[in-house]
Amino acid sequence: MSNTILEAKHINKYFHDPIRVQVLSDINFSINKGEFVSLTGKSGCGKSTLLYLLSTMDTDYDGQILIDQEEMPKKEEAYLAKIRNEKIGFVFQFHYLLNEFNVLKNVMLPGLKLNKYSNEEVEHRAMEKLRILGIEQLALKKANHISGGEKQRVAIARALINDPHIIMGDEPTGNLDKKNSDMVFDIFSRLSDELQQTLLIVTHDPSFAERTHRTIHMEDGRIL
Amino acid sequence: MNKKLLIDIARSLLLARWKQTLVAAIGVTFSITMFITLLSFMSGLNDLLDGLILNRTPHIKLFNDIKPNLNQPIKIAADYQSGHHFIESIKSDANRQAIYNSAAIMEALKKDKRVLGFSPKLTAQVFFNDGNIDITGSMSGINPVEESKLFHFDEYVTSGNSADLTKVSNSIILGKGLAGKLLVQIGDVVQVTTSKGERFQLKVVGIFQSGIKDFDDVQSYASVNTVQKILSQPSNYITAIQIKLFDIKLAPAVAKEYEQVYQIDAEDVQTANSQFETGSSIRTLISYSVGITLLIVAGFGIYNILNMMIFEKMDSIAILKATGFSGRDVKNIFIYIAVSIGIFGGLVGLLLGFGLSATIDQIPFNTPSLPTIKTYPINYNPKFYMIGIVFSFITTYFAGWFPARKASKIDPVVIIRGK
Repeated sequence: MSNTILEAKHINKYFHDPIRVQVLSDINFSINKGEFVSLTGKSGCGKSTLLYLLSTMDTDYDGQILIDQEEMPKKEEAYLAKIRNEKIGFVFQFHYLLNEFNVLKNVMLPGLKLNKYSNEEVEHRAMEKLRILGIEQLALKKANHISGGEKQRVAIARALINDPHIIMGDEPTGNLDKKNSDMVFDIFSRLSDELQQTLLIVTHDPSFAERTHRTIHMEDGRIL
Repeated sequence: MNKKLLIDIARSLLLARWKQTLVAAIGVTFSITMFITLLSFMSGLNDLLDGLILNRTPHIKLFNDIKPNLNQPIKIAADYQSGHHFIESIKSDANRQAIYNSAAIMEALKKDKRVLGFSPKLTAQVFFNDGNIDITGSMSGINPVEESKLFHFDEYVTSGNSADLTKVSNSIILGKGLAGKLLVQIGDVVQVTTSKGERFQLKVVGIFQSGIKDFDDVQSYASVNTVQKILSQPSNYITAIQIKLFDIKLAPAVAKEYEQVYQIDAEDVQTANSQFETGSSIRTLISYSVGITLLIVAGFGIYNILNMMIFEKMDSIAILKATGFSGRDVKNIFIYIAVSIGIFGGLVGLLLGFGLSATIDQIPFNTPSLPTIKTYPINYNPKFYMIGIVFSFITTYFAGWFPARKASKIDPVVIIRGK
């Protein structure tokens, strides 16, 4: 029996511009369901690059990536978009909320794209996610009328809307002060403990990494 | 569902930038307005100019032409059946100009399904006598009712009534120029002399103005019976039958057929007035090319605005792609934006174009050569409106297509890592 959610096999990646540089060499690891994993390392060690490969947004690599035990094809852009929509939730350093929409609509967008539930159900689910994160009172505010910490929480709610297999974060606390970082971390650990949500978070904050279940440490494109 | 979502996103992006959107839409509106107005006006003018001649011209004219007889005696001689005949100094045949068997031909035309109507005509060369001046003129015998129905004769009768030609015996309608020379008005009597020297007194019942001065200076009309009387000919004497068909395009073929069947000369309108077609089609071509140029310029405006929008919305595009919108979805969003600008701008353009044409239609336009025209001519052909909206759709689609493709190719990793 296997409950592996994410698996990387012999990942090699090169940057071609301006000269060919190997940024990742022979990366192998796997993440099981319910794990809260942090990926750390110094700037330029390739941890973000690895995350974007795992996220399926970057398909220029050698090796295999398996999400939910299914190998990701490298060419089929529309299919990969569907995988991201359905199985992966993202939280970035910057919140990337759409200012044209209110908070609720921002959270709903990936859910509407998934098109599995009716409009009303997606709205109901979005409200629930906002409630879990304690920001349901912001639902009808415009995305650019709320504070930085609140924006990041909305981004987390957006990542959760389709009940993804895994949430990937690229320095999700990088832009936040201590208080808000702690709050975001608390949210992640609550998601992990209470909802058995699998998380893979890239961070260079040691105190953040310490508190996760497992830390993958990288240096010069290798896992230590 | 997916489509609805994409349209919803497109609408939000549009409304968030409504000023830019409005500018782009105004560009389309302006070009469609001008397109519609230009074409309506130009084609109204075309119709007017064509109508000047074509309305009054029969589609087919049956007559006996003055020409050499094709069956020269040598052809009949049994000894010279073979070989080629060289015959010199042939003269045109002086056979009579009247149409043989005209009553039977007219009966047959009545039954022909392709024929809208016909009117018999005969022409006499006469002199109008005024004191010691003789003015050479031409007198056409017509049936005023048929002639008005088919060839808009009554539209050119500026004073008096064309129907009086049949009601008042020995009556005549004079061209305006001719009436001016003779110094006569309605109710006066003019004296005409035929080429055979006979004199007649005719009462003026109307004045007509065709718009072609040379014509108005010499032409006059009387009823068929009156002209037959002047020429001392029987009541079956007519020199031409003017035919109007339901479909003008059939005229050349039908003319050939009649030529065969009735052993008569038949001239179709296309042969007689080929230059009008050319003029009209070139004017139409010019208006279309100006209109389409305007639309393409508007298309570039949309292209620019969408390009700017895509630069501004890089982040939004990146996150849409990260959260599961495919490149195709993103492309569709931007195409929806472009096309909705096009359709909205286009529809407003159609309305304004209609309004502007209607305004031009009210502007007085008086010219002595065109008595029936009081305002600038406008053709409200629905075809122009169809072409306008279709073109606004197509140009904005392509104007949107290139930026949209660019947006769909944006690599979210580059944007997100760049922060």
